[in-house]
Amino acid sequence: MLKLLKKRTEWIMVAISVILIALQVWLDLKMPDYMSNITVLVQTPNSEIKDILINGGYMLLCALGSLILSILVGYLAATISAGLAKELRKSLFHKVEDMSMDDVKSFRTSSLITRTTNDVTQIQMFISMGLQLLIKAPITAVWAVTKILNKNWEWSLLTGIAVLVLLFTIGILIIVVLPRFKKVQELTDNINGVMRENLTGIRVVRAFNAEKYQEDKFENVNNKLTKLQLFNQKTFGILSPVMYLIMYCLTLAIYFVGARLIDAANMADKITLFGDMVVFSSYAMQVIMSFLMLAMIFMILPRAEVSAARINEVLDVKIKIKDGKVKIGKNGVQGKVEFKNVNFKYPNAEEYVLKNISFVANQGETVAFIGLTGSGKSTLINLVPRFYDVTEGEVLVDDVNVKDYEQESLHNLIGYVPQKAVIFKGTIKSNVAYGEDGRGKKSEEKIKEAIKVAQAKEFVNKMPKKYDTQISQGGTNISGGQKQRLSIARAVARDPEIYIFDDTFSALDFKTDAKLRKELKEYTKNATTLIVAQRIGTIMHADKIIVLEDGKCVGMGTHKELLKNCKVYKQIALSQLSEGEL
Amino acid sequence: MNGRPGMNSSREKAKDFKNTIIRLVKELKGYRLLITFSLILAILGSILSIVAPDKLSLLTNEIQEALQIDTDNLETLNEHIKTETTEENIYKSFGNIISLNITNEKVDEIKNSDELSKSEKEAFNNFKENGSQISGLIALSNNVLNIILDESIYKETLISTKDKIKLINNISDMSKYPDSIKETLFDEITIDDTVVSSEDQITYINLMQNVTDSSELMIKLVSMPDSISKVLSNKVNWDQIKIITINLLVLYIFSATFTYLESISMTDVANKFARKLRRNISTKINRLPLKYFDKHRIGDILSRVTNDIDMIAQSMNNSLATLVSALTLFIGTIIMMFVTNYVMAFTAIIASFIGFILMFIVLIKSQKYFIQRQIEIGNLNAHIEEIYSGINVVKAYNGQKDANSKFDQLNKKVYNCNKKGQFLSGIMMPIMHFVGNLGYVAVCIVGALLTSNESITFGVIVAFIVYVRLFTSPLSQIAQAMTSIQSTAAASERVFEFLDEKEMDDESHIVKKLSKEEVKGNIEFKNITFKYDGNDKPTIYNFSAEAKPGQKIAIVGPTGAGKTTMVNLLMKFYDITDGDIIIDGVSTKEISRENVHELFTMVLQDTWIFNGTIKENIVFNNKNVKQDEIEKVCKKVGIHHLIKTMSKGYDTIINDDDSVSAGERQLITIVRGMIDNAPFLILDEATSNVDTRTEELVQEAMDKLAQNKTSFIIAHRLSTIKNADLILVMKDGNIIEQGTHDNLLKQKGFYYELYNAQFEK
Repeated sequence: MLKLLKKRTEWIMVAISVILIALQVWLDLKMPDYMSNITVLVQTPNSEIKDILINGGYMLLCALGSLILSILVGYLAATISAGLAKELRKSLFHKVEDMSMDDVKSFRTSSLITRTTNDVTQIQMFISMGLQLLIKAPITAVWAVTKILNKNWEWSLLTGIAVLVLLFTIGILIIVVLPRFKKVQELTDNINGVMRENLTGIRVVRAFNAEKYQEDKFENVNNKLTKLQLFNQKTFGILSPVMYLIMYCLTLAIYFVGARLIDAANMADKITLFGDMVVFSSYAMQVIMSFLMLAMIFMILPRAEVSAARINEVLDVKIKIKDGKVKIGKNGVQGKVEFKNVNFKYPNAEEYVLKNISFVANQGETVAFIGLTGSGKSTLINLVPRFYDVTEGEVLVDDVNVKDYEQESLHNLIGYVPQKAVIFKGTIKSNVAYGEDGRGKKSEEKIKEAIKVAQAKEFVNKMPKKYDTQISQGGTNISGGQKQRLSIARAVARDPEIYIFDDTFSALDFKTDAKLRKELKEYTKNATTLIVAQRIGTIMHADKIIVLEDGKCVGMGTHKELLKNCKVYKQIALSQLSEGEL
Repeated sequence: MNGRPGMNSSREKAKDFKNTIIRLVKELKGYRLLITFSLILAILGSILSIVAPDKLSLLTNEIQEALQIDTDNLETLNEHIKTETTEENIYKSFGNIISLNITNEKVDEIKNSDELSKSEKEAFNNFKENGSQISGLIALSNNVLNIILDESIYKETLISTKDKIKLINNISDMSKYPDSIKETLFDEITIDDTVVSSEDQITYINLMQNVTDSSELMIKLVSMPDSISKVLSNKVNWDQIKIITINLLVLYIFSATFTYLESISMTDVANKFARKLRRNISTKINRLPLKYFDKHRIGDILSRVTNDIDMIAQSMNNSLATLVSALTLFIGTIIMMFVTNYVMAFTAIIASFIGFILMFIVLIKSQKYFIQRQIEIGNLNAHIEEIYSGINVVKAYNGQKDANSKFDQLNKKVYNCNKKGQFLSGIMMPIMHFVGNLGYVAVCIVGALLTSNESITFGVIVAFIVYVRLFTSPLSQIAQAMTSIQSTAAASERVFEFLDEKEMDDESHIVKKLSKEEVKGNIEFKNITFKYDGNDKPTIYNFSAEAKPGQKIAIVGPTGAGKTTMVNLLMKFYDITDGDIIIDGVSTKEISRENVHELFTMVLQDTWIFNGTIKENIVFNNKNVKQDEIEKVCKKVGIHHLIKTMSKGYDTIINDDDSVSAGERQLITIVRGMIDNAPFLILDEATSNVDTRTEELVQEAMDKLAQNKTSFIIAHRLSTIKNADLILVMKDGNIIEQGTHDNLLKQKGFYYELYNAQFEK
């Protein structure tokens, strides 16, 4: 947890907080003295109003000082925790941006999101609350203890017993309830899970008349959660009454013992004893309260610890992909992609995903990749924009190893379209013009042209504000096929040397697919195109088709050649089209 | 911390606060008894906490008594000394002590003495002539006295002549009296079993000179002889103290028990109510028409089940009882204060009121920031989500700079709201603390002023010191409870809104039923027109077709052409606007939805796998299926071997993530459909996500599934539907062509275009 507090300014603020809190504790502990003075004065007949005013004034000064100090500390705590949260979010965000794709995959996107948002909030809450408690509780405890320790051993013993009883109660509660608290999260997830599955599968549930089945299932987890919650909360509910009971009983015990002591003492000692008693009981409360605060920290700590660990896991990831220095490819070479004996495996994996892949794609050529799921097509294509680094061998773009490029320059050469279209919140225009290509802002015509090429013009024109239509987050207000076309337009607008289509066309129907590829072909005459596809129809006219099986290249050539000499290819083709159609 | 980030909007305000609260109270009807019980307990607890400090101050007073002078004893003592020291008594005593006995010999001795001066002799003569009064002794010289005074016994003590002379010489200064006299001058007095000797009494008289008030007496008490100090100091009244202590102990235990009982009954109500609401939502989901889900996001419904209901349960658990007990405490203290003394009551209230205003300002401000923070966090989370899930595009398009600057901007906004909101909410407690102290001092000062006017007693001040503490503490609790009730209203409103959504038509009156086993499989579409709510044009207009048992009907068309609309109509998920679907001569309007569902097996493209074992996923709600039947079907589909290779075979737990491949999922849902075995089949073909080899397997399985059934197939591969008995071609939501493959090709229409597109260059 403490690892997260990195900045020096934060530590300075923590140090200042410690001093301020110590001052505040001093003032707080001073107040009972004045308070007992006032009490005595008020209860003594004929005491001077002036004395009460003076003592009252001092007490108010203490209270005001304490208030000001706690406002200052509150400000510092808020600044520290909010600042820490801000910095944490920032470093997490940057880390995720710099991570290689396999790290992103192994964390899973949704988990990365919760780590950046919820976990950070969790830490922030802990720091803002815990920091003050953590500093204040021990200072108060120690200070108050030293104030009362020498006053009277009987009272000290009583206070000690009360603290022990309190800690014992809290200890038992922690042992009994804390593990169950963790289970609550699990059961809440279950509730969510069952509800979610019912909602996502609502058609299936209805088609199978399984409403009752789902309701029973939900009722089951619902009951489990309720039962556990009831147990937890009822058990935990003991704490507050017991805590107050201990506090009240301690006061009572101190007074009772005090009465005995006063009774036995001679007149002279009686008055001092009485004063001691009043002061002692208020200090004893402070001691109890501070132990209570410490106990509270221990109760909220585990949750924050988990979050801290999850955050650190991300922050500790080593950035594997480091920038090179080269900004442009070899002189005169354009749109050339070459794989030289490329082997690739994911870190810690035993099996290679790609084995000994070599090919060259020259300017203007279309190279297609086909194969079964898991044959490594996507991985292969993702090596070009350097989402991963090869394990062995080389990937060259314009005759320069991709590792030697400055990432930004390498990406400027590429127009990448993923299988799952990514749409950002904004307008159609801003989505198409997304990013930087090293050539400044894209012109309006460029954007419109790209949209036309991507076969998106028709539907864009139908939208209320055309090119300036707002698209909601995740593109929920447009269909899957429309999203895919916009994401293709985004690549087109970049005028890249190399296009990469990672199974981009399968979301489109045959007709749009065909038309789009035709116009794209015309528009991108000079660009090199790398396509991963499932449909034979999409790739059968490619200059070069590479057939992959289990990460190995089992065939390379044109459609016709492969039909003749590649068994795997023929099998795939036949499953989609009849012999006659081929 | 549940649910998706940024969706927690529980800090929003309810649109209709009043009615939501009324509704909430109505919904809580079944729990009224328990709630009333716990509220009564809360009130009792508060009353006890008003009483308890009073008792405690009784105890303090009792102890303090011991510090005071015992006025009764003081009086007795003073009375005794007073009687002893009356002129009469004192002369009597002096007379007895001195026991004057002037014999003739002594007179002669003085007369004849050469040592005595003339004046001395004369003084003696005067003394004698005046009748030998004791008071006259003062005028005599020591020499004369020495002669006339003899030793004598007084109160069994021998008093020497010397002592007597000393007494006479110092008659006005008791402290100089010789010891023998001190010991005997006064009668001993016994007060509360303590004997106060004459000597002690004399010391007391001496010390008491110049003492005017009791506080000086307190100081002098230190130097008093033990017997006096013992007699004058108050005894601790043990009987009283024991009674008060036991009373308090009982009070505390009762109060703790009340609090606990109150908290567990409230916990009970809150959790059971939450369970009820969740259950209601769960059943409600299955009663809503499907069109509801077209318009509402799953995340939204989920957040009602978790976040909103949690919010309601939490605030019921904490706020309701707190609010009631705080209010009781608040009102109770105000009443007690005014009953005791109105001037003091105003002092206390005004002092606290300043604090209350301060707190209120802070609260409103912090609320503002919290709401704003919620919005800003939502924005930031949305951005993070967007960038993380599109990280490949962000990288490939060099969008980092842009993303970073937007992130920094949003992050900073969140930081500002966070800081301010947290700061303001953090200083609430210290302010309340200060207000408490301010009230304390104010009450003490005004109280002291009033005492000097003698308009109130000290006890009133002591009581007010307690009241002012009791008065300020519930204020912040009330304020907090109020805000949490506001959030609860907002959360409840959303939950009720969902529960109040219009349900599907009631079908309990439908008695007609088509048996799954007896239905032959004829289906006829008769002039069907269907329009989605809110659309101007009908999606399907005047469509008619007929299918015989065992026929295969294919539905084709580009994405978004409305193919799923057909499924929705067939399954009676949506009601047809006009026209009729007739199964074996019976209109589907005449049979229940449940019955229609029974007749259809449906396998959809977006496979639905729930978290559970493979077996559970296959069996689903078909409880009577035996293991060997499952295995038989799995073998038929060709997935048995694959399942067997999994770690726990049919009992392997699978879920909606990537634990099984898309193809395998498809196969499992096909098996599920085959087990269901209905006369009609709706089949949505596998997508391109499945690799070709699995796809072949799926295709085969689907063919097997379709055997002997009237089937509707939503086709993505044109090659597979060429042998269909009827092909429906859809575009933009309309069925634009229908016929067999060959017929449609001859028409050279949209189907022809579609079919040829796959060979185009």
